[in-house]
Amino acid sequence: MATKKAEKTAKKTAMDCVKIARDAKRPHVWDFINGICDDFEELHGDRLVNDDAGMVAGFGTVRGGGAEYKVLVLGHHKGASVEENMASNFGMVNPDGYRKAMRLAKLAERFHNPVVTFVDTPGAYPGREAEERGQAEAIAKSLEFFAGLKTPVVVVVTGEGGSGGALAIAVGDKVLMMENAVYSVISPEGCAGILWRDGAKAPEAAEALKITAPDLLKLGAIDEIVKEPAGGAHKNGKTAVAAVKKSVLAALRELVKLSPEELVERRYAKIRAYGNFYK
Amino acid sequence: MGWFEPKAEKPKIPPAKALWAICPKCKSHMDKAVWKKNNCICPKCNYHGRLSARERIAQVADDGTFAEVFREVSYSDHLKFHDATGDYKSKVEATIAKTGENESVVMGTCEIGGHKAMLGVMDFAFMGGSLGSGTGERIARACEQAIAERRPLVIFSASGGARMHEGILSLMQMAKTSAAIGRLKDAGLPYISVLTDPTTGGVSASYAMLGDINVTEPKALIGFAGRRVIENTIHQKLPDDFQSAEYLEKHGFIDKIVERADMKAFIAKMLNYWGF
Repeated sequence: MATKKAEKTAKKTAMDCVKIARDAKRPHVWDFINGICDDFEELHGDRLVNDDAGMVAGFGTVRGGGAEYKVLVLGHHKGASVEENMASNFGMVNPDGYRKAMRLAKLAERFHNPVVTFVDTPGAYPGREAEERGQAEAIAKSLEFFAGLKTPVVVVVTGEGGSGGALAIAVGDKVLMMENAVYSVISPEGCAGILWRDGAKAPEAAEALKITAPDLLKLGAIDEIVKEPAGGAHKNGKTAVAAVKKSVLAALRELVKLSPEELVERRYAKIRAYGNFYK
Repeated sequence: MGWFEPKAEKPKIPPAKALWAICPKCKSHMDKAVWKKNNCICPKCNYHGRLSARERIAQVADDGTFAEVFREVSYSDHLKFHDATGDYKSKVEATIAKTGENESVVMGTCEIGGHKAMLGVMDFAFMGGSLGSGTGERIARACEQAIAERRPLVIFSASGGARMHEGILSLMQMAKTSAAIGRLKDAGLPYISVLTDPTTGGVSASYAMLGDINVTEPKALIGFAGRRVIENTIHQKLPDDFQSAEYLEKHGFIDKIVERADMKAFIAKMLNYWGF
């Protein structure tokens, strides 16, 4: 009986990861900004129609190992309170948020600031204004834009990597993923509803989709897994954030050595290689 | 003993119904031959219905100029994906047998009104036009060959979105195709995107919306999220013309709505303006 229980706790399912990734106490974008940057200045607006509270953007200084990097930080903002959740649509971003990100990343490119992104979103916001203001176009443009950006881009999938809404700020030179984060083309519930015709089959869908960090590393979709404290990052946020900082610093150290041209060539080769296409 | 009476059977659909075409938009009934003769366009409401990739190519490419490329690029079941109804491999193989295509986009070099081009046409019949690794690979290769041969790129999209069965690698095709298109543009070549009915999800959120010009056909469905998902999120009813070509044009996201009969000439005219 005791052995069976030990076996059960030892094997983590994909749905277990999903639950940890969605935990309300899991470190969120401001925990990472405050834990990683010594100073930070948030900036606002897409300069077209709106400021999207679902996307945080700003410049900050990251110090470590004798080095100092002045970076642009981008990240989905789920919110730490009900008010924040409502204002930010739980980190589901509108086109305005993606355009804010591109606007400031263009600025970062001009002054050679590396970009560090924190990805944690259930998906892009499925709303009326979102469609009217070109949600599809904003995401598409972001993908084209970040693919060719002439400054290093370090991506950290910290929680939920929700499909296109996540990918819009996840095209980069180094893609890190926290141990219990998940990253998927569709949510397990969405997939279960369509292919199992039963939303309750989300755990089966989660297994089939291969959405955990080890799965993604094997598939070549991410570059490195960042270990979390036992039980998940929500058990010890400080340690979790420190581990992410260490990996981000290591990535920046390597990437700043490359010329903008080398960087873009290397990034294209990486993106170009995604996928298997022979029977 | 009334409860032993056999239940009244549901009336079977008369065989004659199979000869009818029903417009998905205005629901008008017409002889299937009429639908076909009108190039799959509803004579009542002008909804431009779906064409197969080969039917579209025949209408856009100059006779005898279309040369298919990358046919050897097909799907891969790297997830060994199974769902409630079976495995991915069997589903694709069945689709390949049924449609005669190897993937959801057909690529080839051709001439359009005398202008040389790289033409890609998606086929909704192939797994809902879904974006898989093979689809993305064909598009990326098309961009690279177009750059090498100085050919403008024209892609007709029709898709329900990314192919779930290939998981994260389907998602990554959004990045791959967008990156390749960016390179094509940097190389000084034009990309005309034609969004046909329907163009949604991961395809609209990648290459379909990245045209130097984005054009479409009357009454096409174009959007990101599904209507029902949006209604369930915002708890509001949406206008009837939501996510239609006309709606997108009104909101500034479509360069032009082009009638099917005019499409080939329109593409040739634009390529001519840009010196191609």
